[in-house]
Amino acid sequence: MRHLTKIAAVVGVSALLVAGCSSKPGNSSSGNGSFNACMVLDTGGVDDHSFNQSSWAGMKAAEAANSNVNPSYVSSNSQSDYTPNLKAETSKGCNTIIAVGGLMYKAVASIAKANPKQHYAEIDNSNQGLKNVYGLQYNTAQGAFLGGYLAAAMSKTGVVATFGGLNIPPVTIYMDGFWEGVQYYNKTKHANVKVLGWDETKPQAGEFANSFTNLNVGRSISETFISQGADVIFPVAGGTGLGAGAAAVAAGGKVAVIWVDTDGCVSAAQYCKYFITSVTKNLTGSVKQYVDKAASGSFPTGNYIGTLANGGTGLAPFHQWNSKVPQDVKNELTTIKSDIISGKIQITSPHQPQ
Amino acid sequence: MTDTASTPARTDSPPEPGLGERTIREILGSSNAAVTVLAFVAAMVVGGILIAIADPDTRTASSYFFSYPWDTFTDGFKAIGNGYWAMFQGAIFNPHTAAQGTLSGYLGPISETLTNATPLILGGLSVGLAFRAGLFNIGGQGQIIAGAVFAGYVGFAWHLPFIIHVIVAVIAGTIGGAIWGGLAGLLKAKTGAHEVITTIMLNYVALNALGYLLSVRGFQAPPYGQAISNSVDPNAMLWKLFGSSMRVNAGLFLALGAAVFMWWLLTRSTLGFKLRAVGANQFAARTAGIKVERGYIVVMLLAGGLAGLAGVTQILGTNGQITGDIDAGIGFDAITVALLGRAKAGPTVLAGLLFGALRAGGIQMQSNTGTPVDLVEVVQALIVLFIAAPGLVRAIFRLRGSGGGGEALAKGWNG
Repeated sequence: MRHLTKIAAVVGVSALLVAGCSSKPGNSSSGNGSFNACMVLDTGGVDDHSFNQSSWAGMKAAEAANSNVNPSYVSSNSQSDYTPNLKAETSKGCNTIIAVGGLMYKAVASIAKANPKQHYAEIDNSNQGLKNVYGLQYNTAQGAFLGGYLAAAMSKTGVVATFGGLNIPPVTIYMDGFWEGVQYYNKTKHANVKVLGWDETKPQAGEFANSFTNLNVGRSISETFISQGADVIFPVAGGTGLGAGAAAVAAGGKVAVIWVDTDGCVSAAQYCKYFITSVTKNLTGSVKQYVDKAASGSFPTGNYIGTLANGGTGLAPFHQWNSKVPQDVKNELTTIKSDIISGKIQITSPHQPQ
Repeated sequence: MTDTASTPARTDSPPEPGLGERTIREILGSSNAAVTVLAFVAAMVVGGILIAIADPDTRTASSYFFSYPWDTFTDGFKAIGNGYWAMFQGAIFNPHTAAQGTLSGYLGPISETLTNATPLILGGLSVGLAFRAGLFNIGGQGQIIAGAVFAGYVGFAWHLPFIIHVIVAVIAGTIGGAIWGGLAGLLKAKTGAHEVITTIMLNYVALNALGYLLSVRGFQAPPYGQAISNSVDPNAMLWKLFGSSMRVNAGLFLALGAAVFMWWLLTRSTLGFKLRAVGANQFAARTAGIKVERGYIVVMLLAGGLAGLAGVTQILGTNGQITGDIDAGIGFDAITVALLGRAKAGPTVLAGLLFGALRAGGIQMQSNTGTPVDLVEVVQALIVLFIAAPGLVRAIFRLRGSGGGGEALAKGWNG
């Protein structure tokens, strides 16, 4: 025991010696900006590979573009932290406070009413008619519509599939768009591509993993789909969706995946080979844009709705599938995109932000 | 007096208490206030070191420790000072907001402390009451969720007159929690299933049932945009004590009333005596003619009801809408509150206030200094850890005294 202590002490001291021997750096000037952009994160932490992380990335991007921006964040351990976090940030002297997550809408509304001079922004909810709140919402049904059309066009078996993490609107809006995209393909091409796992007209009967983190459930759902003939899968389930990637590997190239939220070839690069593309929700870009404008002194007002038109949602690059997707299909996607933007194609998902 | 033949499945267990049970008894039995205070001090010191380590400036300075050693210490102490000062501002008094001259500027931090303390006290009483009858109630989370769902549903689906609505909603929530807790008691009494297993499993049942409810129309709030329930009627909300700008509410009185009830129950009532007898030694209690199985059911009903009340204060006191994490980790923090409070009513209230202050302060600390709010959880755990090892605290602070175990046995743990 005594020997062990001695050894531990020697190791510790030498670690300190090694660690402590570098020289003093010059004064760096990072984090000295005068525009305090504060963010109240939702539960899950800043490194959740999803919502919080993409939003915070927008803040960092704004800092990189404008050294005057001084970003900071507080995280919430539960919904009970929303109000105290918003209060603490308000009393701290932030130039703007960005609330990440639609569940915060009540807390944001009440604190924004009580502090009419403080600027707020809220992600995934409207500004609720408040002048000092900027709402950022995303009509991801539009991007998913393109994904559904692409899936139908790429399917050899005539069966495509989708599943969600939970049966909640931020998830099912993607599945609605995907389903509608496939229906549109069937209508224009007189085809009969089937969608497994979701039918917009029967919203209680979809396929859900009840988890955003359980890869194994995602894999077993995907393998069930594959056994029913599906060869393109669109998982809307965060980390659970990685199970679709694992199932695609196991299927040996017969099955492809369309990733969700972020560009899968960046966020889940190990499966890039199987990702035709990704349906994106551009949190990072829109947060950066907001902070950029706010830092330049003109706070945007009203609501931002991320659409195909403004790049708030869309398809990521095809990466390794670029040569495999026929030029005809690429052209059709371009046409559909402009038709959705012009309103020629109407998306009927009830979950779209107004 | 009563038959012992009907005793299910437990007759083969040894009359010696298990290791876990003995440890709990030692913690609950050592009622030395000095040890508690010093455990807090020791935890704050370790917490301070962690704040310094979490501070980027200090970490940078430590990398050139041998050329400018003083930098590490000045940066470290600055970080610790700022961190604890921010905690004080968030929990007790904030001169910056007080300078605005408004009432909420002065009382805001105290209001936050009391708001956070309310469900913690109720949860702590729930766990503590079960401890006194020899049961580990790990099911606070499920019972809080059940309480919040019952109270919340009555709150938004029914429309009753002022005052009556809130009373009915509070009772509904208490019943919800009592059912969830009583279920575990019933399983233990009838089948001998260990309450640690059943309460943990019931946590998952409650959590997933809540997840389902939040996707059901009628429960979910329009325009069906998020996993969040309808808003509770204003009539069913617990009254705000210091006006609408501060969150502290009448739930605090529910917590204090529950504490008085628990004190009366355990020290003044026959039922409480029986429950304590069951907790002290179930075999002796059974020999003395106490219906041990009934005691399990009753104590879990009561403990569940208390945790249900914690859910009530969450939904009717602060949040107003149910979401998936309405329990906010209180079910588990309640265990540490109960241990710090030695499973006694008065000390549990104090422990709840302390942890409420730490939670309120932690939010401000995160906001002002960027120190992760999880540090507060670490400090809470350290306090209980130091109390669990009274010998360690005595050694650190060179206190005299007998070993913790002997003292606990000598004093008895019924206090």
